[in-house]
Amino acid sequence: MTNQNILELNNISFGYNQHSVLFDNLCLSLHIDDYIGIHAPNGSGKTTLFRIMTGLEIPQKGTILFYGCPVTQGAILHQLRRTIGFVLQNSDEQLFSSTVLEDIAFGPLNLGMTRREARDRALETLENIGMPEFADRPIHQLSGGEKKMISIASVLSMRPELLLLDEPTTFLDDASRSKIITLLQNTPTGRVIISHDKDFLKQTASSFVTIQNGGITKTAL
Amino acid sequence: MASGQALQTMDPRTLLLTAAGTAFCFSAIQSITISCAGLMLAAIFALRWTPSWQLLLQRLFVANFFILFVWLTVPLTMPGINILTLGPLAFSLEGITLAVHITLKCNAILLIYISTIADMDLPTLGYAMERLHCPVKLVFIFLFTYRYIYDISNEWKKLQTAAKLRGFSPNTSLHTYRTIGNMFGLTIINSINKSHKVYEAMLLRGFNGHFHTTAELKMHNHDIFFILSFFTVLLILLCADLYIIYCHD
Repeated sequence: MTNQNILELNNISFGYNQHSVLFDNLCLSLHIDDYIGIHAPNGSGKTTLFRIMTGLEIPQKGTILFYGCPVTQGAILHQLRRTIGFVLQNSDEQLFSSTVLEDIAFGPLNLGMTRREARDRALETLENIGMPEFADRPIHQLSGGEKKMISIASVLSMRPELLLLDEPTTFLDDASRSKIITLLQNTPTGRVIISHDKDFLKQTASSFVTIQNGGITKTAL
Repeated sequence: MASGQALQTMDPRTLLLTAAGTAFCFSAIQSITISCAGLMLAAIFALRWTPSWQLLLQRLFVANFFILFVWLTVPLTMPGINILTLGPLAFSLEGITLAVHITLKCNAILLIYISTIADMDLPTLGYAMERLHCPVKLVFIFLFTYRYIYDISNEWKKLQTAAKLRGFSPNTSLHTYRTIGNMFGLTIINSINKSHKVYEAMLLRGFNGHFHTTAELKMHNHDIFFILSFFTVLLILLCADLYIIYCHD
């Protein structure tokens, strides 16, 4: 299973309407050991690509394979979302529970863990990211940097096999940015990161791609 | 202070049941005598358990402000024997009796609510509701409302700031009403958009329509003893009320 690509996008075509085609026969294969940075201009479809990968958008053409199985609505899609963690660009959209602990435990509880197991997993994740004292803090009292760290933790607590991070350093100061770099460097999980921050990508990814003419091409930063 | 802390050691479900039981029982009481007795018992309860008298009185004062509207409408609108006439305004005995009754009941219920669940944090209250088998959707909406009041208010504040930064100063003009209308509409649209995004974020973390929580609540012997004692008192009050209404008359 591990030698197989976790996700394959084959000949994907997608546009929000007939006049704006974002992807035209796009192909991309992802392995759990990949550390890919995506650097592309605004409006090129970076976030949409992640949304397609996680089944939030349905492509007009092409197929998506999750461990070789075609992704359609249903059990496979559910399994895909449990296996591939997506950290949204805006943390306020990612975090919805009342407290930090509840939010981090949300994923593990959905994985079928008992309350105690989910709580332990959440506390362990908080410990791993160096924020154990935040467990009982209300979400709305967190700063932007703290929210971003908790967003990542809320996905890491599900122990995903691949992480998708959409602009993880947007609006963050240097200290918060450094914390996220350290966190990602200490997290062995494969990842695909969208960012305009070239220096950040250099420190957190090993190969780089861009979106050009509706397709993915390798690039150097 | 110690007494207030003793209540906090109880299971939130005990406190929620106490408050809900009081509301059901006191609202069913029909006799003013028993309502007075209920208020006295509630006052004794509050005396024994409230952590802060000042806060209790403050909260009672605010809540009684709404009861003022009952006094301003019920005695004037309820038909019955006129006992006082001030120009075109006639106060009926039945109206005043009903207003007194409502005031007594409301204050009794408020005293118990303030002493038991007013200081409980809302997530805990939500989880206690869930464990007491309140409909999951209701609990879900309750917790999310609490969570999103801040977000909606932040959205509104952001728009207000954006308007102020462009020299907007509200006054009684069509421009002001139009601007506030637009801001209000945009707050709603942004909130709806956000709720869609949050739903997607939930789906991405495996949400399948069932809400789970990590809260672990435990009922101890002292909780059961407290519930039994409290509900016995409520039952005595109800029986006394039935006796007065149906037998004594």
